Amino acid sequence: MNLKELYQEIILDHGKNPRNLRKTENFNKDAKGYNPLCGDKVHVFLKLNENKKIEDISFEGSGCAISMASASLMTDLVKDKEEKEARDLIKDFLDMIKEKPELVTKSLSEDEKTKLMSLSGVKQYPMRVKCATLAWHTLTSAITNSQEEINTEKFD
Amino acid sequence: MNIDNIKKEFPIFNNKVHNNDLVYLDSANSSQKPQVVIDRIYDFYSKEFSNVGRSIHYLAVAATNMYENTRVSVQKFINAKDKNEIVFTKGATEAINLVASTYGQKYLKSGDEVLLTELEHHSNYVPWHYLRKSKGVKIEFADVNDDGEVTLESIEKKINSKTKMIAITHLSNVTGAILPIKEITQLAHSKNIPVLVDGCQGAPHLKLDMQDLDCDFYAISCHKMYGPTGLGILYAKKKWLEELPPYQGGGGMIGEVKKEGITYGDLPNKYEAGTMQTAQVIAFNESIKFLNKIGIENIMKHESELINYGQEILRKNNSVKLIGNPKNKGSVLSFTLDGIHPHDIATVLDEDGVAIRAGHHCCQILHDKLNIPASARASLGVYNTKDDLDKLNNALNNCKKIFNTK
Repeated sequence: MNLKELYQEIILDHGKNPRNLRKTENFNKDAKGYNPLCGDKVHVFLKLNENKKIEDISFEGSGCAISMASASLMTDLVKDKEEKEARDLIKDFLDMIKEKPELVTKSLSEDEKTKLMSLSGVKQYPMRVKCATLAWHTLTSAITNSQEEINTEKFD
Repeated sequence: MNIDNIKKEFPIFNNKVHNNDLVYLDSANSSQKPQVVIDRIYDFYSKEFSNVGRSIHYLAVAATNMYENTRVSVQKFINAKDKNEIVFTKGATEAINLVASTYGQKYLKSGDEVLLTELEHHSNYVPWHYLRKSKGVKIEFADVNDDGEVTLESIEKKINSKTKMIAITHLSNVTGAILPIKEITQLAHSKNIPVLVDGCQGAPHLKLDMQDLDCDFYAISCHKMYGPTGLGILYAKKKWLEELPPYQGGGGMIGEVKKEGITYGDLPNKYEAGTMQTAQVIAFNESIKFLNKIGIENIMKHESELINYGQEILRKNNSVKLIGNPKNKGSVLSFTLDGIHPHDIATVLDEDGVAIRAGHHCCQILHDKLNIPASARASLGVYNTKDDLDKLNNALNNCKKIFNTK
């Protein structure tokens, strides 16, 4: 899939009408992410229940279509997952965006995998990979409660 | 040489990008290379290669003479008083680092101020930032106004008895504003402050006269002037090159080397340590000949017509917001598009063969001031035409269609 097709399908859908773009009531975990190169900003909110299941997830933020679509897809896919499943999915997604040809997770349906794989188009554009991964790194930070603001460019 | 047909001198335009003709609007980043420059690099490596300034065999002498010929061409091109005021560097960035480091080392102390502007490229900020850490030097920024300009008055406002260096751009790579360098230099010199000019965008687009501008330092990027990468030029008044300490140590820059001590070479060798960019320097002479053949006045006229045309058509495009409206404007059109992030614009335009830049263009200070994270930028070179700008506008309209914005 070339990037134009990518834009026309998933990214435009999610970029223009992002899912879960709100703030979860009674969230108990959250983290912020920032990509100073593009100005992409994302704030992820989670409600983890006592069984370590993600009862609700949402995000607030602004940025390019790829970063917003990625956050939108991510929140859609990890909702109702166990924390462990979510961590595995994050790792799987990041591996795929960096080097692996496909997703190996068993926690997604084929349809869901296809949707997520649409973001693999950014692989050809190394400068855009950080746009696609920002929300996912931020989710990791929220789950692990590290209170660390994700910044794609660390200050020296 | 007819400027209307200049595109055919650049072989890159024979190639297609995503099956489209290339519309190259990223010359402020780096310019394309004419065939004469490419050929010169090939010929030098195939038939004439040798290191310069060391051996005395036939090839070495010939290469040294060609290398020094470029220095004289540059001297004439920028009307410097002396050929030894021309120092070759790895880029304009190194030229500015050279001055910040050596001037800082010798003349700056804690509490002294370096005055920059909010328009500066990171390469004319970060080298001075180092002096904050090493010397406790303070950095001040002259304000940019709503039109994207920095005026003489805004510079004057920030000058005080602590100001020990003024380092400013000649032509902003974001707003296109051309700064009144001669007036700023007069003001600075009346207060005994030296002036460094970042000429990365000035040199390819403006007629340069160092003796008239009277600045102390002028940094040039050769790859933005239709020349090879890896090469820059520092123009510095002779008295500075004599007074300042050497920057890098190594072969070629020394006089005598003993166990007890070292003396340094004469100008310009003192600042050209190690094996230099021999092929690039020799090929850059062809870039200067190319510019001279067209005539810098003709280039300025051509680009000025294009920039006026570009502003006119983009202003008619309702969702385009141009950044800055300087009275004296060079070859840059920066803009935002309602509802579409600049990186998305650049990616979609690329599919139509239209190459622009998106981001902060190494000017985060300015983008913070404008309160936008990024902008899109179309920048012009000698090969651009009105047709290129029409194609830019059409591609922007395509982009709006894809994103379904108005």
